[in-house]
Amino acid sequence: MPGIISSPHQHPGNSVTQVMLRVVYALVPGMAVYVWFFGTGLMINMAICIATALLTEAGILKLRQRPIKPALYDGSALVTAILLALTLPPIVPWWIPFIGTAFAMVFAKHLYGGLGHNPFNPAMVGYALLLISFPQEMTRWLPPADIPNITTLGFMEIINYSLFGQLPAAVSFDALSMATPLDIMKIQTGLGTAVSTIQQTNPVMGQLGGLGWEWVNLMFLLGGLWLIMRRVISWHIPVAFIGGLALIALLAHLIAPHSYASPLFHLFSGATMLGAFFIATDPVTASTTTKGRLLYGLCIGILIYIIRTWGGYPDAIAFAVLLMNMAVPTIDYYTQPRVFGHERK
Amino acid sequence: MSTQKLWHFHGGLRLDGHKQESMHMESAEIPIPSRLILPLQQHIGAAAEPVVQVGDKVLKGQCIAEAQGGVSVPLHAPSSGTIEDIALHPVPHPSGMPAMCITIKTDGKDEWLAQREENSQYHLLSPKQLRSIIHHAGIVGLGGAGFPTYLKLHPGQGKLIKTLILNGAECEPYITCDAMLMQQQPRDVLDGANIMRQAVQAAHCVIGIEDNKPAAIEALRHALRDEERDYIDIVSIPTLYPSGGEKQLITILTGKEIPSHKLPIDIDIVCHNVGTAKAVADAVIHGKPLLSRYVTITGKAVANPHNCEVLLGTPIAFVLQQAELQADEMARLVMGGPMMGFQINDLQTPVIKTTNCLLTLNQQDIAEEQPALACIRCGECARVCPAQLLPQQLYWWAKAKDFDKVQDYKLFDCIECGCCAYVCPSHIPLVQYYRFAKTEIWQQEQDKRKSDHARERHEFHQYRIELKKKEDEERRRKKKELLKKSQADTAGSKQGEIEAALARVQAKKGQQETAPEKNIENLSPAQQQQVAEAEARRARSKENDNAKIEDNS
Repeated sequence: MPGIISSPHQHPGNSVTQVMLRVVYALVPGMAVYVWFFGTGLMINMAICIATALLTEAGILKLRQRPIKPALYDGSALVTAILLALTLPPIVPWWIPFIGTAFAMVFAKHLYGGLGHNPFNPAMVGYALLLISFPQEMTRWLPPADIPNITTLGFMEIINYSLFGQLPAAVSFDALSMATPLDIMKIQTGLGTAVSTIQQTNPVMGQLGGLGWEWVNLMFLLGGLWLIMRRVISWHIPVAFIGGLALIALLAHLIAPHSYASPLFHLFSGATMLGAFFIATDPVTASTTTKGRLLYGLCIGILIYIIRTWGGYPDAIAFAVLLMNMAVPTIDYYTQPRVFGHERK
Repeated sequence: MSTQKLWHFHGGLRLDGHKQESMHMESAEIPIPSRLILPLQQHIGAAAEPVVQVGDKVLKGQCIAEAQGGVSVPLHAPSSGTIEDIALHPVPHPSGMPAMCITIKTDGKDEWLAQREENSQYHLLSPKQLRSIIHHAGIVGLGGAGFPTYLKLHPGQGKLIKTLILNGAECEPYITCDAMLMQQQPRDVLDGANIMRQAVQAAHCVIGIEDNKPAAIEALRHALRDEERDYIDIVSIPTLYPSGGEKQLITILTGKEIPSHKLPIDIDIVCHNVGTAKAVADAVIHGKPLLSRYVTITGKAVANPHNCEVLLGTPIAFVLQQAELQADEMARLVMGGPMMGFQINDLQTPVIKTTNCLLTLNQQDIAEEQPALACIRCGECARVCPAQLLPQQLYWWAKAKDFDKVQDYKLFDCIECGCCAYVCPSHIPLVQYYRFAKTEIWQQEQDKRKSDHARERHEFHQYRIELKKKEDEERRRKKKELLKKSQADTAGSKQGEIEAALARVQAKKGQQETAPEKNIENLSPAQQQQVAEAEARRARSKENDNAKIEDNS
């Protein structure tokens, strides 16, 4: 490239770091509510994820002989780590966040060339690896703290489990963990129980979605709206994502209300809002054209419903996103906007 | 005033105008510098050819270089003085390369050329006469591109121009020279509009001005004569960069898009800058060639930012002094605006016809220029692109030097407005990549043309050889036939022919023998002796060499 300084000669001072930090800020309310309902385990997992992400990133950059500081400061590793931590059950052994994050950074990000070059969302790759490899650890979810008469662990007790795998005496996972609302919905409707009965009788069900989960989702929704307002993300993917999921859920619910949960249940359970505003919108791995983003979001929404309802996994964000990541180059190619002065094709 | 319907273009940026800084006072005329440096090429097309020589005395307004070829304009002495030099000198160009310039040492008298043709009754002139005056006045587009104005005023036979658009948008931050001109000399701008309208026989004229220049809009409306109100519209358009781009302005005002690789004239529109209109009025009405222009001197490194009417050829250092340059403060000097201007490194570079602004940036202004990071595909660039391109795709392919792909993504529809690079969170110098790709493609095409030409010549050469071969064969064949025929003729005549041929051969041999050839057979005995000695020496030295080689081995 020529060495002459090219126009423009002014810049508003926005940066990748700023973009990434805003994403982190927007996640804070959701994280706070998550900790409120599901305990401090999230913070421990997150600390392990962040430390692993930064160390692996620095290490692999050193191996690749690339400048370390700018990449560490861009905040992308931080966001990947936080997103991965948010997908893990609150109580897991330390090596779960460690393996997931390290795999995400090394295999999903840097083997493709680092930030901007990875076709798959690194956090989702890490999650998918963990879910497939360690299904037992990855499905021990805790009930929300609102439910009466449940056993909860303190901060130190969780650390003790995380690091040494020791639960307090006389406490077992059977007493601690409980199926998630999405799990229960899937199993119970499979057994023929009516949706309305499940929602009225099961203690983990809330007003909109799952108990606790609905608040977490609501907070992620708020954070996401703030991101749209600050123009960190565009509205297209979240709107199409939520629209697609809601639409197909509504259709199924209208046809057979006993067997298929309402759209609201799907929107406010599991990681729907996290997925819509924070995961599917990862700029590197998402479609970049306006039409493409609508299509990409819509397809993820629909895929989530299909996998949740008829597939093998009760939540489906990761697989839906990864599947659509694969389609992005094709989507982008076929959704190019009409260039000024050219005929509409 | 009619409220005209306006249209939108895709993308664009709302930028801080920074217009007030240089608008606090009226424009000033600056003194005559001791030297004027006039590049022979201040326009698109062929450079002008000097018609003066070093040592010649020139008067103000005198033609010092003539137009060359179909796309070119002449150059005039902006003040009286003596031709000091015709040589390479730094010129305002993004490449920073020097070019041929005529240097005038001014005498300070500012003495005008005696005869000047004034035409207050310009409506009596034909379009052709008007174009000729405008051509000879050396007028080019003063908005920045510098395309010869007379050509843009020539729609061609049978072409009907519907609308003449005058561009007073001035959408780049900091620049206010057009605003100041419209504010101070609205009548000249309108006269220019009338003349241009007449030259292209356009029914209608629209002057588009961004709404951040209310004083200019007001001044023009005030100066508008009653009868002009029927055919000149002064339209306030929303401030949105780059509304002053020709394509964008036409879309805003008419809702039409200039098709890719076409000109406004293809959709029956002609578009000129307001400054150009004023220059046209000066040339036609007052008989003044283009000798000076309004220049904005602004930025944080000048204490007194304002607009000046500057003689063409004035060194930038001299112009900056007028605005009290604080040299220590200046981190970068830009000619043009912050979005599309280019850096000037040599302060002896002159002001030329297309110089609209001298922008001094301080350290703080350029502090945000950070090293580029990887593209995160955020798509902000595509959101703001007024050409509705996919800048991050263009970047990707330009970086990969895949020049076919980059053209598939319509690189040549990029107007280099800089919106994409401005919003890029990774601080990638996108425009630089596009310019690089464009230059490479042009270069490749040129090389291809050259090699095509060479190949064609080679193929033609081969063809000619083939042709000659065939012709020779044909000739031989005919000869043989003739020979067969003659064998059938009488033997006596044949014998005679053979004898004649033998005689010819003999004569030739005799000639050869008399000619002193490089042939040792024809040497004198003394010479033969010398040759024999030389041969012997050569043989000896060879033996020695061989012996040496053997010794060494």
